Amino acid sequence: MSGAKRVTAAHQSLTFSRRMMLLTGAQAAVGALLIGRMGWLSIAENAKYQLLSESNRVQLIPVPPRRGWIIDRVGKPIAINRSSFRVDLIPQQLEHPEKIVTTLAGLLQLSSDDVDRIFTDLKRGQGFQPVQVAENVSYEQYAAITVRLPDLPGVQATRGYSRYYPDGPAVAHLLGYIGTANAKEYAAEDKNPLLIIPGFKIGKQGLEQTLEPQLRGTPGGQRIEVTARGKLVKELDPKPDRSGNTVQLTIDQGLQQYAARRMGDQSGALVAMDVASGDMLAFVSMPAFDPNSFSDGIGRREWQMLSQNDHIPLLNKVAQGLYPSGSTIKPAMALAFLKQGIDPKQRVYCAGGVQVGNRYFRDDAAHGSVDMQEAIARSCNTYFWTMGLRTDPQMTTDMVNYLGYGEQFNLPIPSQRFGTMPNPEWLKRKYDRQWQGYDTANTSIGQGYVLINPIQLAVMPARIASGKLLQPRLLMAGQRQAPADLGIDPEFLAIVRAGMAGVVDHGTAAGSKLPLEAVKMAGKTGTAQVYRLISRGHQGNWNLRDHALFIAFAPADKPRYAIGCIIEHGGFGASAAAPIVRDCMTYMFDPQKALAALAPLEQQWGGTLAERNARQLSAIRSAALPPSA
Amino acid sequence: MITSAIIPRPLARLPWRLIFLVTGIAGFGLTVLYSAAGGAIHPWALKQGAIFFFFLAVAIGMSWLKESTIKAVTFPLYAVTLVMLIGVEALGFVSKGAQRWLDIGPIRLQPSEFMKPAIVLTLARFYELVPPGQTRKARAIWPAMLLLGIPAFLILAQPDLGTCIMVLLCGVTVMFLAGLPMWIFAAPAVAIAIAAPIAYQMLHGYQRKRIDVFLDPESDPLGAGYHIAQSKIAIGSGGFWGKGFLHGSQSHLDYLPEGHTDFVFATMAEEWGLVGGIILICAFGAVIRWGMGVSRNARSRFAQLAAAGLSAAIFFYVSINLMMVMGLAPVVGVPLPLVSFGGSAVMTVMLCIGLLMALERQQRTHSRTLG
Repeated sequence: MSGAKRVTAAHQSLTFSRRMMLLTGAQAAVGALLIGRMGWLSIAENAKYQLLSESNRVQLIPVPPRRGWIIDRVGKPIAINRSSFRVDLIPQQLEHPEKIVTTLAGLLQLSSDDVDRIFTDLKRGQGFQPVQVAENVSYEQYAAITVRLPDLPGVQATRGYSRYYPDGPAVAHLLGYIGTANAKEYAAEDKNPLLIIPGFKIGKQGLEQTLEPQLRGTPGGQRIEVTARGKLVKELDPKPDRSGNTVQLTIDQGLQQYAARRMGDQSGALVAMDVASGDMLAFVSMPAFDPNSFSDGIGRREWQMLSQNDHIPLLNKVAQGLYPSGSTIKPAMALAFLKQGIDPKQRVYCAGGVQVGNRYFRDDAAHGSVDMQEAIARSCNTYFWTMGLRTDPQMTTDMVNYLGYGEQFNLPIPSQRFGTMPNPEWLKRKYDRQWQGYDTANTSIGQGYVLINPIQLAVMPARIASGKLLQPRLLMAGQRQAPADLGIDPEFLAIVRAGMAGVVDHGTAAGSKLPLEAVKMAGKTGTAQVYRLISRGHQGNWNLRDHALFIAFAPADKPRYAIGCIIEHGGFGASAAAPIVRDCMTYMFDPQKALAALAPLEQQWGGTLAERNARQLSAIRSAALPPSA
Repeated sequence: MITSAIIPRPLARLPWRLIFLVTGIAGFGLTVLYSAAGGAIHPWALKQGAIFFFFLAVAIGMSWLKESTIKAVTFPLYAVTLVMLIGVEALGFVSKGAQRWLDIGPIRLQPSEFMKPAIVLTLARFYELVPPGQTRKARAIWPAMLLLGIPAFLILAQPDLGTCIMVLLCGVTVMFLAGLPMWIFAAPAVAIAIAAPIAYQMLHGYQRKRIDVFLDPESDPLGAGYHIAQSKIAIGSGGFWGKGFLHGSQSHLDYLPEGHTDFVFATMAEEWGLVGGIILICAFGAVIRWGMGVSRNARSRFAQLAAAGLSAAIFFYVSINLMMVMGLAPVVGVPLPLVSFGGSAVMTVMLCIGLLMALERQQRTHSRTLG
């Protein structure tokens, strides 16, 4: 015990108490750190952690809202919801999935594809989210499941709602249909959980698609408390859902249905407008599919039959169809001539054709000496060729375009083709050549480059009839603006209207006078040469026939309604399109008379539209069934 | 100590303040376990209560042990524990799997638990035997390092990182108080800083992952970071007053894993809030302070070092668990003594408290005979 570094007992005791102080201090510091840390977590960050704890605890099962109705201009329903029965599985309560699904497959006659899908969904699902077994099951099947529920733990048979279109195919292209959201639509809505609820459907086409935001409504939520393993603990107060809004259309349900029925088996489009407001009263494309069966999801067989039909029932001809206007362009041409100083009394001698440059344009007939009104009434091409060559092609085509041909309208439809109204400037830009005499000649009778759409076919007579720059509308809601004046001399309009009245009175459509005492119709027939049809895959004789067109307004003296109609390959406008327009126009003034006229026709076609549709569906269904059940 | 004519002398001379404190903590723990079971005494609270009162009785019984008796059994106890640790290791080797306990009849013995008080007593005894002049010599250092290093290595190999760290910290605390030169403690700190990356490479996959997640818990909130994330949510959402008894959603809906064992503090904090947390931390602080007081008043060097080491053991238990639960330390699997469900932690802590009571009684009888 010697040396400088000698440590004595006293020294050791001093070191001990010094180090004890150090240790105690360190312990106190750790204690303070722990309390500080806890205070930070529970006071400063309390809000954040409370939110996280709450989102752990509460899960929201969205309750789909009921889709809004679509009603017509007087409130008649066009698209409604019907109560339907559906069967779902609650994975968490399911005890013997294999056995229960087999039982259900027997009761509901499910195909093996359905059974596979159910098992896939069960594997993928979260415990509390239902998995669809079948929707739109019949009441008998629903009842059969309900009485067996005690033996089927985890099976849920509920009443739901399914979309119903009372008019079936008549509104197919106007409204479109609804269906389950696909992966792309799900992604486009940022994986909205509503879209993957069994049975929830969104608008897929037509107004159902474009009006989706109004129609969908706000989903409610069943708030539930779940454990970390997804087991339901209790249901919390639910958040009620809000049904979608009812949307009122300008469509007249009666006329829409009548027009669709009146077209029979023909392929075509008809648009009717209110001349005072521009309201579209009918928007018909036929033939059509049944949106009711589309909304349930159609079979491959049904799809195949629809897509292979040469009348193209899957094409919305009102929005997408393009046709040469034929002679329906003539009233607008006449207005253009008047505006450029052509005297309506000036006569042109029609010898059955006219020489333009080195080409002879042949008319349908030798009309003899005709003035403007006569030329419209009897659809004399020679008059319009002659006058067309005497006027400025740019100014003339501008007038036709101004009256609606080639114009795109602001309508809530997913896509709209608006065709072409050619003019010298357009020709230069598009084909890089000068406007020639034969261009004028072709355009004057609505051939050549002229391509128009059925909506334009109604807008044109509506504008001529009203003298206003009418804009077509489909929705009742929204600002109603008084349409601007056309700015055309009323005298000129009167001349053209009189010419159009002549068409029905003694001209090309003399066979299509309204069967009414007080109301006269004015119109214009059109027969468009068919071209580019081979590329659409049409075969046989039917599709080589000309398209029949007819535009009209009535009453001729005090116009209220305008209609444009195209019947594909209908032959002459006067024989195929004009009678349909006549009956539809009759319906607007005297529905009883119009329906009476329809009855014998439908008998001849083999039943009403609804009957034929039902027959077709059952034929498809029976063809789709396997040969031996 | 209560002085009263009514209470018999042996009872009155028990350190009642400490017993009340410890019983209070354990009682609070039972309340939390009752809630963690969804408001039921099964499966945890009743069993834990029985275990606690059994070991409380053991601890009180131990308080009559003489210091000389403790000293006499220290080295044999250490040797037996070491042999058991080797036995566990051998058993694990034979059964080709991790093994932490020995099955002796109905009892399941976890020798690493005994090592915590054993290493404290052993090192205290060792430094009592070292003459004061030799304290700073190598002869006073390397045997202690072996005494500490061998069991620590065996426990690490089990593998039980939490207990290994506990044993090391307890031993180092005793060595620190014994007056070993400061460089002994500074050098390893530097060495650890250098060796940590190398050691990290040698850790087991799950241990490494725990450290990764500790350093960045948000990186894996649904995987390995789930424990820490959910624990912080439970503590943070409790706020100042807590969500109320039986109203903790994190624990009741199973979002908080291990809510009755290692993460029992989070279960408590969710329902009792910051207030409950502060009360519990202060109660533990009072127990540790009492233990440190025993050390300060001790007459012998053995008693000084042993009392401080045993108090430090309780301190390390509590602080490592709380730091782990609050996201300040990696998840190493150290329970909160007296509160977490499980017998071994209760046993270890009550052994420590029993020894502390024995040392304290010794002081009083000693002072009385002196005074």
